[in-house]
Amino acid sequence: MDTLIIGLLLGATYCLMALGLTLQYGVARIMNLAGGEWIVVGGFAAYWSFALQGVSPLWGFALAVPFAFVLNWLIYQYLLTPLIRRAKTRGALEVDSILATFGMSFIAVGLMRMAFGGEFFNYSFLAEPVLIFGSAFGLNRIFAAAVAIVFGVALYFWLVRSRTGMAMRALALSPSSAKLVAIDVQKLSLIAFSVGGAMSAAGGVVLSTFLTLDASVGVVFTMKALIIVIMGGVGNLKGAIVAALLLGMTESVIATWVDPGLTLAAAYLLFVVVLLVKPEGLFGTKS
Amino acid sequence: MNRRHLISLAALSLSLSLAGGAANAANEPIKIGAVAPKTGPLAGGAAVTQWPTIKLWVSDVNGRGGLKMKDGSRRPIELIEYDDRTNPGETIKAVERLATRDKADFIIAPYGTGLNLASAPVFAKYGYPQIAVSAITDKTGELAKRYPGIFFTLGNTSAFAQSVADTLAKMVADGKIGKRVAMVNVADAFGIELAQAARPIFEKAGLEIVYDKSYPLGAQDLAPVVKGAKAANPDAFVAWSYPPDTFGLTELAKIEGLNVKAFYTAVATCFPAFAGKFKGSAENILGAGGIDVDSAALTGYFERHQKVTGVGADYWAGPVTYASLQVLEQAIESVGSTDRKAVTAQIKAGSFKTVLGDWKFKNQVIEQFWTVGQWQGGKFVGVASTGKAGEKPVQLKNGW
Repeated sequence: MDTLIIGLLLGATYCLMALGLTLQYGVARIMNLAGGEWIVVGGFAAYWSFALQGVSPLWGFALAVPFAFVLNWLIYQYLLTPLIRRAKTRGALEVDSILATFGMSFIAVGLMRMAFGGEFFNYSFLAEPVLIFGSAFGLNRIFAAAVAIVFGVALYFWLVRSRTGMAMRALALSPSSAKLVAIDVQKLSLIAFSVGGAMSAAGGVVLSTFLTLDASVGVVFTMKALIIVIMGGVGNLKGAIVAALLLGMTESVIATWVDPGLTLAAAYLLFVVVLLVKPEGLFGTKS
Repeated sequence: MNRRHLISLAALSLSLSLAGGAANAANEPIKIGAVAPKTGPLAGGAAVTQWPTIKLWVSDVNGRGGLKMKDGSRRPIELIEYDDRTNPGETIKAVERLATRDKADFIIAPYGTGLNLASAPVFAKYGYPQIAVSAITDKTGELAKRYPGIFFTLGNTSAFAQSVADTLAKMVADGKIGKRVAMVNVADAFGIELAQAARPIFEKAGLEIVYDKSYPLGAQDLAPVVKGAKAANPDAFVAWSYPPDTFGLTELAKIEGLNVKAFYTAVATCFPAFAGKFKGSAENILGAGGIDVDSAALTGYFERHQKVTGVGADYWAGPVTYASLQVLEQAIESVGSTDRKAVTAQIKAGSFKTVLGDWKFKNQVIEQFWTVGQWQGGKFVGVASTGKAGEKPVQLKNGW
């Protein structure tokens, strides 16, 4: 039972890391290697609110989410649009966007170092035990799981029920056909990219309640998110959520029953197996 | 203007320019290079231990007018900093660059065991002394023989494991705790080496290791580790951990109610941020390092550190880093020039007055160092060492 709950909580943590990138890569087709930096931005906003201003770290949402939305909007509009215009194929855009966002991640780390130094930052928030079936779990992790569920559900309904969402799914499925049915690809991609960035920042606010962060830790989150997004099937929300939970469960089972030292190996093994069996990802469609 | 005037004028200007040149040489800054992580996995630790300490030292020395040369003049320090991104290849490149392009007079040893060892051949190749601080290994003797310019100051793996074993064994002997120890380590060079060293040492000290697991560096959830440790019903908990996991393990131990009377986490327990995060719960937690809190020299150091760098100093490698820079400073001043060979010889032979007391290298190694500290009354107090003065008695941890 413990193993199951640990796995679910960890899976939810991974969801928070990956949802933003799902939108950015799945819909906007930007393999954003600077995605993890937005998690750090969110985390720092929370830290700043809590440790330096003495208010709830959840004020970090109010700070980081609009900031991330606007900045990602600008990044897409002014830095990535030229790449998209000149890219002849999706492959070319992928290569260009990887290179460009890789460079941006360095700039982002540098700016964050300037803004808040290179030290670790963390704080205690909701670090209280909650008993589930007689075993203690951190309230902050349960809170994170709850937020992950809210985000997942909200995103799901947005994509499934709203007109914009439907257009986005069409875009994720087939960008060239989307154009034919009068979907403004450019505008939708812009929205998806900005919302994705804002979601990463929001995830960072929550993650910072139990993770120790520093200015250059973002790449760790980018890697985890990439694995999840690719494993789930590019652009598929359901796939990303399932992949995150699967990864969390695997790590938890291995850590409890085999050896905690093997969790990383198990995670990569799972990744390789999934890609061998289904190269397009769990819920991906063959292109 | 007649000819004689002209000549005397020329002579005057010549002598002026010569004097000016001499004055310039005397006040020309001494170039000191620094290579350490500003980004990457070790950046957070370097931002506490390495960079602010260097800043403080440069500010202290330049505040005195600079380093005193043989002719009595003082030369200020010009600091050249490079970020090695926690990548050994980058450390090596940066040291090469400092030696060949920047023509640095001296280079401060890098941060981290791996980065120090990786760059040791380059330091040796260009004849720079390398007073390593944040480098803990059992191979100090071997390395000192291979690299005549390398020095070790923070201690070695076995001594750290031995000290923790002794501290726990004494608590067992005094009847304060049982002998069941849960031990975990981060699966990185530092954690693996310490866990390996600790296994036979703990056994010899009469301790029983009831849980022994590792976890990967950067693991996002350590709950299985802490739950497993708790299920083993230990009397003491020892984690050979790195900064992010030191924080993570402690928070989870508190949440899980891992109520051991001796709780030890290794690196970063001594950071001011640790007490900042855990407040009262940090009280009586054991960790690597420690200082003599009664030392007046250190009190001054902590105050200056806060004032000059704007952040608090850590209670372990920070002061040792400062002491290592004082060694460099005093060796340069007693040689009175930037002759690296002579300075290296002086570091080997001389004795030095540092914030941590008198230092003298024995076969390029400082043999007296702090090993175990404990948070007591908001300070990280040294409770075990290899022959340092001022050890305080260990307190039992009674709940969180």
